[in-house]
Amino acid sequence: MSLLLVALGLCAIASLLGALLPAPARVTSSSVLVLAASCCAAASSVSALRGAHVTSVHSTALLPLTGMTMTLDPLGAVFVAITAMVAAAVSIYNLGYVTGALGSRSASCLLPVFVLSLLAVPVAASVATLMFFWELMAMSSMLLIAVEHRHRAEARDATLWYGTMTQLGAGSILLGLLVLTIHGGGQSFASIAAHAGALPRVARSTAFLLVLLGFASKAGAVPLHAWLPKAHPEAPTPVSALMSGAMVATGVYGILRVGGDLLGGGTLWWWVAVAAIGVVSALFGALHATASSDLKGLLAYSTIDVVGLVLVGVGAAGALSVTGRRGAAELTMVAALLLLVAHAAFKGALFLGAGAVDRAAGTRDLNLLGGLARRLPVTSGLFALATLTIVAVPTLAGFSGEWLLLQGLLHGFGGTSTPTLITLLIGVVALALSGGLTAVAFVKAFGIGFLGQARSAGASRAVEVPRAMQLATGLLCVPCVLLGVAPGLIVPWLSRAANEGLHLRARRPVAEGTSLVLSRFQGAFEPLLVLAALAAALAAIWIVTSLAARRGRRRVAAWGCGREAQTPRMQYTATSFGEPLQRVFVDVLRPDVDLEVTHETESKYYEQALAYENRVEDAVERSVYRPVIAGFRRYGDAVRGLQNGSIHRYLAFGFIALLVVLVVLA
Amino acid sequence: MIAVATSPIAYRVAASLLQVAVVLVLGPLLLGLMSKTRARAEGRRGAPVVQPLRDLRKLMGKERLRSEHTSLVFVVAPFVVLATTVVAIAIAPLITTHPALGTSADVLVVVFLLLTASVALALAGLDAGTAFGGMGSSRSMTIGALAEPALLVAVIALSVQASTSNLPDIVAGTLAHPAWSSSPTRLLALVALMIVVIAETGRLPIDNPDTHLELTMIHEAMILEYSGPDLALVTLGAAARLGLLFALVANLFFPWGIGSQGSYLGLALGVAALVAKMCLIAVGVAVMEVHTAKVRLFRVPELLAGGFVLAVLAVVTGLVTR
Amino acid sequence: MTEPPGARPAASTKVRRRGSLQLRHVDVGSCNGCEIEIASAFGPTYDAGRFGARLVASPRHADGVLVTGVVTRNMAGPLRRTLDALPAPSVVVACGDCAVGGGIFKDAYGVEGTLGDVVPIDIEIPGCPPHPASITDAMRSLTGR
Repeated sequence: MSLLLVALGLCAIASLLGALLPAPARVTSSSVLVLAASCCAAASSVSALRGAHVTSVHSTALLPLTGMTMTLDPLGAVFVAITAMVAAAVSIYNLGYVTGALGSRSASCLLPVFVLSLLAVPVAASVATLMFFWELMAMSSMLLIAVEHRHRAEARDATLWYGTMTQLGAGSILLGLLVLTIHGGGQSFASIAAHAGALPRVARSTAFLLVLLGFASKAGAVPLHAWLPKAHPEAPTPVSALMSGAMVATGVYGILRVGGDLLGGGTLWWWVAVAAIGVVSALFGALHATASSDLKGLLAYSTIDVVGLVLVGVGAAGALSVTGRRGAAELTMVAALLLLVAHAAFKGALFLGAGAVDRAAGTRDLNLLGGLARRLPVTSGLFALATLTIVAVPTLAGFSGEWLLLQGLLHGFGGTSTPTLITLLIGVVALALSGGLTAVAFVKAFGIGFLGQARSAGASRAVEVPRAMQLATGLLCVPCVLLGVAPGLIVPWLSRAANEGLHLRARRPVAEGTSLVLSRFQGAFEPLLVLAALAAALAAIWIVTSLAARRGRRRVAAWGCGREAQTPRMQYTATSFGEPLQRVFVDVLRPDVDLEVTHETESKYYEQALAYENRVEDAVERSVYRPVIAGFRRYGDAVRGLQNGSIHRYLAFGFIALLVVLVVLA
Repeated sequence: MIAVATSPIAYRVAASLLQVAVVLVLGPLLLGLMSKTRARAEGRRGAPVVQPLRDLRKLMGKERLRSEHTSLVFVVAPFVVLATTVVAIAIAPLITTHPALGTSADVLVVVFLLLTASVALALAGLDAGTAFGGMGSSRSMTIGALAEPALLVAVIALSVQASTSNLPDIVAGTLAHPAWSSSPTRLLALVALMIVVIAETGRLPIDNPDTHLELTMIHEAMILEYSGPDLALVTLGAAARLGLLFALVANLFFPWGIGSQGSYLGLALGVAALVAKMCLIAVGVAVMEVHTAKVRLFRVPELLAGGFVLAVLAVVTGLVTR
Repeated sequence: MTEPPGARPAASTKVRRRGSLQLRHVDVGSCNGCEIEIASAFGPTYDAGRFGARLVASPRHADGVLVTGVVTRNMAGPLRRTLDALPAPSVVVACGDCAVGGGIFKDAYGVEGTLGDVVPIDIEIPGCPPHPASITDAMRSLTGR
């Protein structure tokens, strides 16, 4: 705990230095201090996960009225570790990335504040503490998104959407926690948890629902996700990585803390609702990722997809725990946490790589990229590794998480109630479908973005980015591989956190050794052996081919049917790559397709130019948000009719209001 | 439940290596057998059954050409395709229920190893920097996006019945409970799996393996740039994938004949049984191909969606009749 | 229905006979008469496929080109590019009188030359159009079956 306080202090100092020092020094000093803070936080979370005694800190220095309480327990430690991992990489990345507006005082001051709040939210142990750091997180990230607002209209738009939705979410969370506080006789989590059993059923469900709305919105669950595909691409890359890796995790943390820990498990339909939200998010996110041609937008939708799978795991675990299947519940919960940790690693690496591409080629539009694999070898290699991880290639981190989740869902099938069974079944279906769609999206992202020929001048002139950025991306690729070949290293820690979160009190960890050999069920996966088999097969094939092949290699022009001119524009673009899938799901995506034909002046049978435009708008935004916003506008316009500038009308309003008040009081 | 790791390691390694050898040789022979069947049905004599092996041998002696736009992905992809398929063959229960690494021979592992091969080939297609490569990759990944989930869910239906997702355990369970083979879950899963196998191996009515028209190609379009030993590896990988999928269908649904005692005689019998079953399935698929026309590309997702729905029905039936 | 194989023709020295031949067909300026005979050669009556020969779509997959027609000006460039796309070792098979020596279109205004002017020919199949049995015999000389 004390190490964590040191980390928080270092972040505060970093923020101060970032605001006060002149230009080059501020970035270097704040980044180095944030790196040190991340290391301290990581060390402190590891010791908590290994079973150190849970300590608590209370102080009235910062919030005199309510006091601030912080407790580092295993569940919170997982999320502190996630933040520390991503923040360490981001601080190194910053050293090579910052130019122009991103080096301004506000950005250098706010990034450490953002990291501080991300570290503090999982350890908050009272309502006031949680809301304080939650709001700090929201404000700092919103201002960081607005860093480039002078140059880009999309950044202003994103700030507005993000600010509105996060404030509504925070309000919802506050209301829910207040319901618990009123009935719980105190605003510290300990007293709420102690009084949770005595709460009336309606109050508990209302509180959970309110809190779920807010936390699910922060996690990016459909239908409250509309801010995510706008905010994550527009934010500067280090901020995007932190938001996608660590901030969405705090949403999941909130659901676990309030539903599992404070309210002690709750009723079945809560967790079925969480799983249902997860299923819809997973499928929606994966589908929109295949339709997106903005590299960072694709990654943002993919975040929605993976968080959906995590929520499926959380919901299934909760449902299983409520119906008494504790072993399967713990397994599913550990799977969800492993997937979340792996997601922070590979999504962080993907965002940092995308930022490098944006910096090198000058654009994020996949339709204008290409040919980067030979110009940016290190960045492409790391992006490829992260892509393979998210596509769930066996022996990498994404596969470990998905395998464990599938095992949890399968082994939960035996002897449970029908609602749980249906939840588990739909979870399995979502897992399968989202896996297939994710593969399409990321083959598109890597294949169109990095391979083939460059589709624009910027991409053909790209040069490798500074070493600090490569190092940071590489740092996040290490957990991708480590958690893939030896996931058993952190599974006991996640077991401890899962037991905490759901009050399961299981005795043996879910798996033994460094591989995933399930201890209570029949099922195992030994990644090291499979990796050895793959390496042996590759080596054997390579040796046989080298011996048997009689002739060498030669570089020639590409085969284009003997065509004279082979231009980069003849390749497939991101839009054309995703078009068949878009046709399959045309009823959900409803793309705006426009084809404009300019005819030759001599004859209308000859075409001079064709302009094809294909735009896919977020389906939920189009069908839910825009009608709601339009409705509010109409209401606002109607009400404004009352204000027509006439003094007489305003005096009449005042008079009538006074009469009504006198009548009511009488 | 029957535990898998009870045989000596020498037996298991020998069994896996034998499995790999058998499927790598039998895969091209099955392709030749299917071509011969189609030729006979069309009134021709057809190329000999060993022709694909002759083609592979000839390819090894040819030059390896590489387009000037390609990167390391193009060079590495054929090796990845074949290596992942070989590992999937080595750990799957094809001639024995105790293969090496049988404890890790999970549904998800085999399906995702096959997905890795698809992804590698799709990336190689895009790496060529031509229009055909992109077209092949796009179509192949679209079909894969719908076929891989259906494959996964169909085999999960079997897992639900056997209470484990470990493939050798599912096969051993089917041997121990013959009544499972005629259950409605199995029949639905079999139909779903056959639809998916046709899609994954690129046979009619989804993809015509003999087409010369680039606009009708799916798998072939991705490999238009490969030549020499690289092409041999990719072709062998595709043939091995066909062999693996046919063998899995044969053994998951009709496992009789597979070696389950741990004796080397059982292995020999297992090889014979596998060869017989795979040839039967190959001839059946070829006969169906002769009588089917290629489905239009944009109707293929409907077919695969039907397969997916059948697979989900199989899981639901399995849960209900538990 | 298929014609019996007949005597095996003498093996060509141009390429090592390994029982397998894939050819890429290129029409550089043909009237399509030769194409119809080639289709018949691979059809049920003459079935050149049973001797290990096959037509393929990409020159990278091919052991050589099967050229029909006289070399017209517009197709000279594509023909050269197709030949460049072949992996070594490769053969050039001229099918029909037009490819061999210009045929009835020799010295026409759109013609650049005969196939022999562009690239050395390895196998010649004379005839206008050549008999499918001649085409099949040429395949057999290359596959050795």
